[in-house]
Amino acid sequence: MAGVTRTPTGLTQGSTAPAGIGASTLRPDGTLKVTGEFAYASDMWHEDMLWGHTLRSTVAHAEIVTLDTSEALATPGVYAVLTYDDLPTEVKHYGLEVQDTPVLADGRVRHHGEPVALVAADHPETARRAAAKIKVEYAELPVVTDEASATAEGAPLVHDRRTDHHAAHVPHPNIVHRQPIVRGDADAAAGRADVVVTGDYVFGMQDQAFLGPESGLAVPAEDGGVDLYVATQWLHADLRQIAPVLGLPEEKVRMTLSGVGGAFGGREDLSMQIHGCLLALRTGKPVKIVYNRFESFFGHVHRHPARLHYEHGATKDGRLTHVRCRIVLDGGAYASSSPAVVGNAASLAVGPYVVDDVAIEALALYSNNPPCGAMRGFGAVQACFAYEAQMDKVAAELGMDPVEFRRINAMEQGTVMPTGQPVDSPAPVAELLRRVKAMPLPPEQQWVTTEGADIRALPGGLSNTTHGEDVVRGVGYAVGIKNVGFSEGFDDYSTARVRLEAVGGEPVVTVHTAMAEVGQGGVTVHAQIARTELGVQQVTIHPADTQVGSAGSTSASRQTYMTGGAVKNTCEAVREKVLQRGRERFGAYHPAWATAELLLEGGKVVTDGGEVLADLADVLGEEAVDLELEFRHRPTEPFDLRTGQGRGHVQYSFAAHRAVVEVDTALGLVKVVELACAQDVGKALNPLSVVGQIQGGTTQGLGVAVMEEILVDPATAKVRNPSFTDYLIPTILDTPTIPVDVLELADEAAPYGLRGIGEAPTLSSTPAVLAAIRDATGLELNRTPVRPEHLTGN
Amino acid sequence: MDFLRPATWDEALAAKAEHPSAVPLAGGTDVMVEINFDHRRPAYLLDLGRIRDLEEWETGERTVRLGASVPYTRIMENLRAELPGLALAAHTVASPQIRNRGGVGGNLGTASPAGDAHPALLASGAEVEAESVRGRRMIPIDDFYRGVKRNALEPDELIRAVHIPKATGPQQFSKVGTRNAMVIAVCAFGLALHPDTRTVRTGIGSAAPTPVRATAAEEFLTAALDEAGLWESGGPLPPSLAREFGQLAAGACNPIDDVRGSAAYRRHAVGVMARRTLGWTWESYRGQERSAQCA
Repeated sequence: MAGVTRTPTGLTQGSTAPAGIGASTLRPDGTLKVTGEFAYASDMWHEDMLWGHTLRSTVAHAEIVTLDTSEALATPGVYAVLTYDDLPTEVKHYGLEVQDTPVLADGRVRHHGEPVALVAADHPETARRAAAKIKVEYAELPVVTDEASATAEGAPLVHDRRTDHHAAHVPHPNIVHRQPIVRGDADAAAGRADVVVTGDYVFGMQDQAFLGPESGLAVPAEDGGVDLYVATQWLHADLRQIAPVLGLPEEKVRMTLSGVGGAFGGREDLSMQIHGCLLALRTGKPVKIVYNRFESFFGHVHRHPARLHYEHGATKDGRLTHVRCRIVLDGGAYASSSPAVVGNAASLAVGPYVVDDVAIEALALYSNNPPCGAMRGFGAVQACFAYEAQMDKVAAELGMDPVEFRRINAMEQGTVMPTGQPVDSPAPVAELLRRVKAMPLPPEQQWVTTEGADIRALPGGLSNTTHGEDVVRGVGYAVGIKNVGFSEGFDDYSTARVRLEAVGGEPVVTVHTAMAEVGQGGVTVHAQIARTELGVQQVTIHPADTQVGSAGSTSASRQTYMTGGAVKNTCEAVREKVLQRGRERFGAYHPAWATAELLLEGGKVVTDGGEVLADLADVLGEEAVDLELEFRHRPTEPFDLRTGQGRGHVQYSFAAHRAVVEVDTALGLVKVVELACAQDVGKALNPLSVVGQIQGGTTQGLGVAVMEEILVDPATAKVRNPSFTDYLIPTILDTPTIPVDVLELADEAAPYGLRGIGEAPTLSSTPAVLAAIRDATGLELNRTPVRPEHLTGN
Repeated sequence: MDFLRPATWDEALAAKAEHPSAVPLAGGTDVMVEINFDHRRPAYLLDLGRIRDLEEWETGERTVRLGASVPYTRIMENLRAELPGLALAAHTVASPQIRNRGGVGGNLGTASPAGDAHPALLASGAEVEAESVRGRRMIPIDDFYRGVKRNALEPDELIRAVHIPKATGPQQFSKVGTRNAMVIAVCAFGLALHPDTRTVRTGIGSAAPTPVRATAAEEFLTAALDEAGLWESGGPLPPSLAREFGQLAAGACNPIDDVRGSAAYRRHAVGVMARRTLGWTWESYRGQERSAQCA
C-alpha cells in the first residue's frame, strides 16, 4: 500500500528551530506545563479585583421554596449576591444547541451541583463563607435517572413546555433527540445470516479531567461593556450565549483566551463566563472566578454514559449480513450538545464496516443526572465499545480470527455508510489492522528480570500484590471510525487574519485567529503553515480573541483542518497580493515576474526554477499586506429524521489498536502492557504532535477501560466521587508503551490532504483493552470501566 | 483558624494542653486535603514543623524509635532492613511528593482504616509513644485504634514517636487499589514472621472500621507451623495451610461497600493477599534458614 510510515523512533525529539509543515517544531507550552511555570487562567490577577463564588445545589431535583441571601449580603467584604431574580434581561437561559440551561436556578434545580446563587467578595474565603450563609430551602422531587424512570407513565418532566426544534419529533418529552437510521432491509438480511449474535453493553460516565479547572477574569469597561479573559474552547460560541444575558451588544463583550490546560470537550459549554461578567457589571470591579477540582466536576459536562443493545448477523464465510442496534445515551439535566452526540452515535453505530442492511436507533435522555455533552470521541466512543465487542463475539461464534473477520468486512474508499453517504477518501481499515497485528509483541512475562520480578511491570504495580501468581496475558484488537468537523448541515467555518510586513528590513508574519489553543498544538502548526506558505522565518501568533472572526470550536478533531486551513487559505491570498504588488513594482526589471510560477522562499520571491527575483521586504516596502478571510469545509446536510439518510459528515478518521494486558485473575487487577496504534492522518503537519495526540487519546481510552468513572447514586442522582481521590485517571505507571504507526494517505478535499486526528485513537483504545481482558479471562465483560470485582465475581 | 507554631516539643505539649481541639500538622497530607475540601475547619492548627527531632529515628538493639514526622521516603531509603514491612508499605503511599512529606505520626493521628502504615505496625507489634504535659505513655498498637478515624489519644496528647520492633524474620505488605500507583487502598494486608518467638502477626487495612489483626489466622498458623516443626525444618509450606490462613484472614474482615470497592471483593482480596504474602515470607524464611545452615 502506498503511503509513508512513521514510527516514533526519531520522533521523540522536537526541534526548536522555526520550520514549516512536516517538521516536529516544539510547542511553546510543553516545558512550561511540565515545570509548573505555565500561566493558567487561574493565575490571572487584577488590581482591586473581587473573587466570585458559586453556590450550588446540594440535591439533584427540587423546587426552591425559599432563597434568603440577606445574611450573606450583610457579611463584611461582600460586594454582591445574585440569584435568578437579579438577572438583568429577559434572556435568562443559554445553551450550545438548545437554550435550556438557566444562568442561575429558576426556582427549580434539575441536577446535583446546579448553580443557585453567586457571591462576590474581596477575598475568596469571604465569598465562600458568605455563600454558606445563603439559606436555601429545597422541596425535593422524584428523580429521573434512566430510560425506565424517564419514560414511565407519569414520569416527572425534566423540562416541561419544551419549544426547542427537537420537541416535536421526539417520542417523549424526556428524550432530547432521537435519530433512527434505516438502510436496506435488516429483517430480510437477518434471514440470510448463519449466525446471529446479540449483546447488551454499558458505558460509564467519563470526565475530561483536564488540567487547570474552570477559571476566568471579567473586567468592567468604561463603555459599559466587559472584557472577559477565560479558558474556553470556542470564544465566539461563548460570546453568542453571554451577550444576550448581559443585555450587551456582542462588540461590548470583548473576550480573550487565557491559559488553558486542556479541554477534551469539557469547555464547550459555559462555566463561569456569564457569572463572572454579571458580578463585574454589578459591582463595577474586576471579578475572578476559579473552580477547584471538586467544583470542576460539577462545572462542566461529562461523556454520556450509555446503554447499547446490538444484534449482528453474519454468513458462514464471515460476511456481515445486518446490524440492528439501539443506543440510549443519558444527557442529564440539560441538552448541551446531546443532539449532535446522538447524530454521531447513530451515523457511526456500525463502525468502519460494510453493512448494507441496518436498523439503528440512537437517543439521548433528559434526566436528573449530571449534564453530559462533548468529550473527545463524541458519541462514536460509546458505539465503538459495543460494535467492537460484537465483532469479537461474531468472530468467536464463526470460529474465525477476530482480525481476519474484521478484514473481510472492512470498509474502504467507496463504501456507502448507513446514512447513504459514500466514503470518498482513503479508508485504510484493513491496512491499519494489518499493521498493528504485524508489530512485534512484547516479550512474555515481561516482568521477569535477573533480580526477580519487577513489580512495576505487574498488575498492582508498586502495591506489591503479585509476583507473577495468577497472571494471565491477553491480546485484543479494535478499530474505529470518527467524523471530523461539525456535521449535519452546520455552517462550520474558521477565520484567519494574516499580516505580512517588513520590520527592520525583514519580512514578518502575524497570524491572528480566535482558535482556542487547549493543548492540541494549533499555535505551533499555524506558525509552520505560515512559514511554508509565505517563506518567512519569523511568525508571531497573536493572542486569540474576539477582535477577529470565529475560528469555530477546538473540538471534533477540526482545528488543524479548519483554522489551519483558514491560515493556509489566507496566506495564499496574502501571497497573491504580494506577488501582484511585486509585478506592479518590479515587473519591468525581469520578464519572469510575468511568465514564471513564483514562490516565496527564505524571505525572497523566487521562480519555480529557483531564480531570486527580489527580497520580500523590498516588495512589501512600507505597506503591510493584511487580510482576514473565512474558510469553509464542503457543506454537509442534516440526517433525515425518519430514515437517517443524508450526506452528514465532512471527513472520517480511522485508528486501530492492539492491546496487550496482564491480568491478575485472582485479584482482578489489570496491567496494560502495550497499546499499539496505527492511524491514518492524511498528512502529518507536525509528526511529534501527531504521535502525542495518538498517545494521549490512547491513554484516555485506557482510562475509561479500567478505572475512570463518575459514580452517580441511582436513588438520589448525586455524584459520589467528585475528586481525584476517587475519580482515578491513569498515572505514568498505568500508561503502557504505545508504539505508533502513522499512515499518510491524502484526503484530496482537505488542506494538505490532512485528516483530523485527535479523537480516533480514543475510540479503539477502550474496546481493544476490553478485548484483551476478555482474552485473558474468558469473561464476557459487557461494561466499561472494568472494576476488579467484575473480574473476580465479587 | 489560628496557627500555632511551637519551637520546641515542650511548647507543643503546652499548646495542646491549652487548646485540646488543636489539630496537629506535620506533613499535612491528610489535614490540608480536609481543609482544602472544606471538610474540616479546626479552630487551631498546631504546626509541628519546627520540631526537628520528630524527623529523626534511633535504631536500638531490639527496636527502632521512629520520630512521628520521619517522611515515608526516609523510611524506604534507610530502614528497609530493620522495618521491611513498613518500608514496603511506605513505597505504596501516594506519590513521591507526598512520601517526602507524610509520616507515620500522621497516619496514626488520622487513624483512617485506609492508612497504609497500619497493617505493618500491627504485624510488627509496634508501640505508640504518646505524651502530654501530664507525662509520657506507651500505647500498644493493638489498643490504639478505637473506631473509624478514632484513636486512643487523650485530647491533650501528641504522638512523639513509634517504637517498632526490628524485624527478626521476613515481612511483607500488599495493597489493592484500582490503579497501579498513587491510590488509596481498597484493602491491604501486612504480615510479619517472628522466628524468635515462633509467632506470626498480621494487619488488615481498609476492610473493617479500624485497622485490625487477623487473630484467628495468626493463631492457626502459629500452631500449624509449630505442630509440623516447620520453623526448625524450614520445610515447604503445605498449600492447604496457606489456603486456610487466607480464608481465616478474609474472615477477620468486616468491610463495607463504597465507591472504592464492594465488601465481598475486599474480603476476597484480603484472603488472596494473605495467602500470597505468606508464601513470599515463608520462601524467604526458608532461604535464610538454608543459607544459615550452609554457613
